[in-house]
Amino acid sequence: MGVDIRVENLNAWYGPVHTLHDVSLQIPANHATALIGPSGCGKSTFVRCLNRMHETSPGARADGTVLMGDIDIYKDATPVEIRRRVGMVFQRPNPFPTMSIYDNVASGLKLNGFRKKRVLDEVVERSLKQAALWDEVKDDLKKKSGASISGGQQQRLCIARALAVDPEVLLMDEPASALDPVSTAKIEDLIFKLKTQYTIVIVTHNMQQAARVAENTGFFLMGKLVEFAPTTKIFTNPSDKRTEDYITGRFG
Amino acid sequence: MNEPKIIPLPTAPEEPLSAPHRIAPPPMIKTMLPQTEMGSPAAVAPVTPSAIRMFLQAKSSGRMADGAFAALMVVCALSIFAIVVLIVSVLVSHSQLSIKTFGWHFFSTRTWDPVSGDFGALPFIYGTVLSSLLAVCMAVPLALATSIFLLDICPKFLRAPISFLTELLAAIPSVVYGLWGVFVLVPIIRDQAGPVLEKYLGWTGLFVEPNFGVNMFTASVILAIMIFPVISSISRDVMRAVPVHQREAVLALGATRWEMLRIGVLRNARMGIIGSVILGLGRALGETIAVTMVIGNHPAILKNLFAPGYTLASVIANEFTEATGDLYLSALIEIGLALFLVTIIVNAIARLLVWAVVRDNAGSAH
Amino acid sequence: MDTLPLRSQGVSDFVSFRRSLTNHVVTGVAIISTILVLVPLVAIFGYLLYKGASSLNLAFFTHVPVPVGEPGGGMANAIAGSGVILGLASLLGIPVGIGAGVYLAEYARGTWLGAAVRFTADVLNGVPSIVMGLAAYALIVARQQHFSGMAGSVALAIMMVPTVTRTTEEMLATVPKSVREAALGLGIPKWRTVLSVSLRTASPGIITGCMLAFARVAGETAPLLFTAFGNQFWSFDLNQPIAALPLQIYVYALSPYDEWHRLAWAGALVLIVMIMASVTLVRIFANRGALKGGH
Repeated sequence: MGVDIRVENLNAWYGPVHTLHDVSLQIPANHATALIGPSGCGKSTFVRCLNRMHETSPGARADGTVLMGDIDIYKDATPVEIRRRVGMVFQRPNPFPTMSIYDNVASGLKLNGFRKKRVLDEVVERSLKQAALWDEVKDDLKKKSGASISGGQQQRLCIARALAVDPEVLLMDEPASALDPVSTAKIEDLIFKLKTQYTIVIVTHNMQQAARVAENTGFFLMGKLVEFAPTTKIFTNPSDKRTEDYITGRFG
Repeated sequence: MNEPKIIPLPTAPEEPLSAPHRIAPPPMIKTMLPQTEMGSPAAVAPVTPSAIRMFLQAKSSGRMADGAFAALMVVCALSIFAIVVLIVSVLVSHSQLSIKTFGWHFFSTRTWDPVSGDFGALPFIYGTVLSSLLAVCMAVPLALATSIFLLDICPKFLRAPISFLTELLAAIPSVVYGLWGVFVLVPIIRDQAGPVLEKYLGWTGLFVEPNFGVNMFTASVILAIMIFPVISSISRDVMRAVPVHQREAVLALGATRWEMLRIGVLRNARMGIIGSVILGLGRALGETIAVTMVIGNHPAILKNLFAPGYTLASVIANEFTEATGDLYLSALIEIGLALFLVTIIVNAIARLLVWAVVRDNAGSAH
Repeated sequence: MDTLPLRSQGVSDFVSFRRSLTNHVVTGVAIISTILVLVPLVAIFGYLLYKGASSLNLAFFTHVPVPVGEPGGGMANAIAGSGVILGLASLLGIPVGIGAGVYLAEYARGTWLGAAVRFTADVLNGVPSIVMGLAAYALIVARQQHFSGMAGSVALAIMMVPTVTRTTEEMLATVPKSVREAALGLGIPKWRTVLSVSLRTASPGIITGCMLAFARVAGETAPLLFTAFGNQFWSFDLNQPIAALPLQIYVYALSPYDEWHRLAWAGALVLIVMIMASVTLVRIFANRGALKGGH
């Protein structure tokens, strides 16, 4: 089961550049939340703060309170511990090129010291089924490398890899933007099925995608959270004029 | 008048979000989706999800291992500094005797007399500098010409084999060059090239018999062959780093191939090529074995290129194991220290030049 | 009016004879120079093959040198000795070099310390090998008062470290940032990411770099002149003088005996074949690795 996330006054910097300004919101558990906004508005930065990946960039820092369940991820835990509980799928599929499909999915466990082979077999199968990739690769699990499958399959492999460690939260940074429409549709179906088990935060450029998949949507603009509301409200009756301008295509 | 609210969505606003709406998906997709109920995992495993979570949460975050590993890597990196410090300190301490005895005169004295204990490094400095400069003069035109050939003139299918061959030249060990030099080059210079050079250029005083083949000239030729690959490959890299639009701009003005190369490529790559030449010079200064085998090993400062010579590296190689007495050894080690410092400085200058050029071109290339 | 646009007239009409001649002369010079350069290569190789192959026999690989004047003998001890010295040098130099390369690529990108290490390694690469031999002499031989294979190995190891460092760093830099991020995002600690992801992805190139460093020191003579010193007999004791192939070739080439000259040629051929084999293998490996690693 997923866990809810409460963000209070989150600020983030890349060196001297202040990219997030006092962002506060609550992301409910076991729902999908979409974050939309024009390029450079900070939604990717925000999501990377949720699993403390933001600080891996040189000169980057963040400040504020992010509570995952009842744990303050910045004060009560180390980045490594947080990232084991929060899965991330990136914009471009990034399977480990020298590992087989099986090893890719199992990597989150194997490289953290988990050895029991029978359990790993089951976890790999379960994760690939959840990611709707099992039927396509089940005969080549150990023969094909993670990089030798198609782009859409690679991204589903990355989703399976993220799911294998049974995270409580799944962060997805424009997961389908590099993929063709057929793969995109598959991934949206996936998110739809997964959201009842995990808390999903999905950053997307595609407003239709947000509408299809997420219960709540947040609109970011220039590093600030402008509006956060149920998706239907955002798209039909936004409170803020800037949101409406973005939705109707006046900019961005 | 109120502006109509524009609804950009395909879904009707009143319906709660349920299954994603899509225009007739192709049947393929439907069959490929797992036939699971919404929300229930397709697992057959007895392992419950929370067992994995518990395992991972119980795992330490690896802070200590991270720290230890990083420290180990830092130690390895610092070893590079340690090597330099070690070399310098050890050479300096063992040259103390010679430094105290001769002072700066060591580098301006011509005599090298182990018997009387009078040591001066001037003949070796002369030999090193002369042979290296001659080698550079011979190698640079050839290296540039070959680089130009490989860059532009060479048909594509020949490019890889020929450049591979020139790199093979770099892989030949010094002793093999020396062996070839002793038994092939020396006789040629003694018997064939020597008389010809003496006949036409003897008036300059540079090519005066007697010529036994083991002399400054032979050493310079072998050095030229040895440093050629260094200059050639770096020049080629630097020339390749010049953005293509520079070349195209010159060609568009109606330049011939040579003019395009001269204006569009060489002018931009000038600094890098100079850097590669200095690098080649650095290699020539320190080259030991091949030179020792063909230079004659006689300390003398003469204009005649057919006279035997001696270099800083050669005297060490030749006399170190026979050196008797602490002063003799110390003098040789002092020569080694001088060689070390000179090559470090020359190489540092060269690297800075090459690095600056590559960085500049990388910045300007779009 | 004769107003044909410029381009429909041959451009060569506008190139003066002088410019055109210069162009052709330069082209000719370039071609001749390339041939001129390849001639010594072919000459060296050809002569080597000719002189060396005729002297090569099984005894070369199995016998030690015999006293002067007697026919036969070989360089078996030198080949074995080289193997021992190179093995120890690799054991000492390669891990340190890889560690330094990992530091530069994974921990010190963009820092001044990283730049200093990188610069120093590059400069060290240009130091004459005889200086390394001198340093090893002063450090070890002078203190122990005898020559030893260990001192030779140390001299060679010092030469390998900067080379391996730079090639390791360059290979690690080709690992895309996204792959590292994927590992970190899974909660894999940094040290494990470096070992099991970065190094693993870059390993074909890193192995290539190590083999190149090995090939380079395999042919070095100068650092061994007053460290390993050479030995006419079988010797595997690293605490004593030990024979090495390049050293043996050097000594024999400068000797006045024809028989030893013959052995020197044979030895040179063996040495070159070993080095060329590693360099070519490296090339094949590198190309395969490039195709596999990138996608």
